[in-house]
Amino acid sequence: MTAILSLSNVGKSYGNVHALRDVSLSVRQGEVTCVLGDNGAGKSTLIKIVSGLHPHSAGEVSLDGSPVSFGSPRDAQAAGIATVYQDLALAPLMSVWRNFFLGNELRSGLLRMLDIASMKRICAAELSKMGIVIPDLERPVASLSGGQRQCVAIARAIYFGARVIILDEPTAALGVKQSGLVLRYVVKARDAGLGVIFITHNPHHAYLVGNHFVILKLGRVVLDAHRDSLTLDRLAAEMAGGEELAELSHELRGVDAGKVVPPASPS
Amino acid sequence: MSTVEELAARDDRVAGRPLAARVLSRPEVGSLVAAVVIFLLFMAVAEPFRNVANVGTILYGASTIGMMAVPVALLMIGGEFDLSAGVAVTTAGLSGSLLAWNFGLNVWVGVLFSLVLAVAIGAFNGWLLLRTGLPSFLVTLGTFFVLQGVNLGVTRIATGNVASAGINDMDGFASAHAVFGSEVTIGPINLKITVLYWVLLTLIAAYVLLRTRIGNWIFAVGGDAGAARAVGVPVRATKVGLFMAVGFCAWLSGMHLLFQFNTVQSGEGVGKEFIFIIAAVIGGCLLTGGYGSVVGASIGALIFGMTQLGINYAGWNPDWFRTFLGVMLLLATIVNLYVKRRADLR
Repeated sequence: MTAILSLSNVGKSYGNVHALRDVSLSVRQGEVTCVLGDNGAGKSTLIKIVSGLHPHSAGEVSLDGSPVSFGSPRDAQAAGIATVYQDLALAPLMSVWRNFFLGNELRSGLLRMLDIASMKRICAAELSKMGIVIPDLERPVASLSGGQRQCVAIARAIYFGARVIILDEPTAALGVKQSGLVLRYVVKARDAGLGVIFITHNPHHAYLVGNHFVILKLGRVVLDAHRDSLTLDRLAAEMAGGEELAELSHELRGVDAGKVVPPASPS
Repeated sequence: MSTVEELAARDDRVAGRPLAARVLSRPEVGSLVAAVVIFLLFMAVAEPFRNVANVGTILYGASTIGMMAVPVALLMIGGEFDLSAGVAVTTAGLSGSLLAWNFGLNVWVGVLFSLVLAVAIGAFNGWLLLRTGLPSFLVTLGTFFVLQGVNLGVTRIATGNVASAGINDMDGFASAHAVFGSEVTIGPINLKITVLYWVLLTLIAAYVLLRTRIGNWIFAVGGDAGAARAVGVPVRATKVGLFMAVGFCAWLSGMHLLFQFNTVQSGEGVGKEFIFIIAAVIGGCLLTGGYGSVVGASIGALIFGMTQLGINYAGWNPDWFRTFLGVMLLLATIVNLYVKRRADLR
């Protein structure tokens, strides 16, 4: 299948800092592409390029085969690329349905009044499609759990016609159970026919849902593999830094990890 | 193993809330309780308070505060302050009066000039705020002092006095007085036109806030401007618009001041900005933005009207009015916070 969105040899420099070099990546419909990397690996820069916050300075980004360069987040959104940021872009004190339709409010009648009944109905329906039930949509978003908020943001992106959805570390701040819920929604987004870019630094979460894996390190791609040619152990090892980890374990061999140090007794 | 759907369906932690909790978590509740308490208090202790004819006087006091408390509440929900709101009223009144008087024009020319100026001051506040990224407290504190000086300076240059000259003999005064300073008598109650403006402004603002797209945007820019921008809300336009709304209402209040009293004292309006903010806060607006109610702000204004006159009617020493207001502010905010917490826990 052809890719909806593909990056070839994309690079980004801020002055003399090369944040991203020669990154190639393709996102296909109904697939989850996982981008893994440690802090400072270039994940955020990659998101910023794809979501239209910063233009790329080298290489080519193409959408449906034709090259594009997004000037603003609105351009990217109009092209069907939705980003669910870590901070989720939800206003905490506003109700669930108001947040869901924020910036895309439905209006009806002569006075262009908000069509509250329809918005609530659609919001409830879209959330239940994602398997999340919130009985009182008037509740402020701040009173939902982290996972539920994440799901509201994902459901919103899907409803407003996203073809590619970028999830920026959706499981980073969540507990085990909540992460499970969110991963399930990642799969739901895939099943809904979206191309999913799942940014994470957790290889276990990535391996549970990913079709394709790209590991970034210091702004370069160090691994680009399909699920068929990769085991979780290999992914985890690559992610942990492979050689670096071996070096570290060599270095730490002498520290006696099982040792318990008794409190110094006053003498 | 249970599937995630089952988990979600079984997740009964976020249940629907009982009606009482939902009503109690509305932002206006604290102010409504306070208004009822104050009403009963003065009904009990002040004999003239019980006189129906005084309703007009009380509502008039409330309306002059309320006409400004409504836009100030909107602005606070949008996450900003306007400390220049009080003196902007005086600027509006003075500018209209001085222009018409100085050049011998029809007073309606002054009225229009004043409208443009007042809205422009609001737009300038908003523009400067967004341009510099400074907190609105500082930006409008600056405008507050600038306007205070300009009011005094320009009035002195134009008239050699600290008040604008009387304009009641000029062209158009009668019609302008009818629009901005007239009153109607219904039975024993004498109602000033400002009461009508106040009620209209409250209704329009409440409608805009809760039933239109712009209202959604106001909540969003106050709650989380970054999030609002990310989903495509025009944050800058919304904020500048809110400052302009304050300007518009300052114009309306200033016109009432001018055509009610014929002259405007150039030093007037200082300290009023805090009264507008207090009314909005009593009405449930959070200082941090993103939450509040214009109906609450209007109830806050009503509390002012009742207290101001109630103290007089009760024969208490009016020196203590401001102390009373300060206590009211603290009590109302504590009640708001308490009620909200209780309701949110339910």
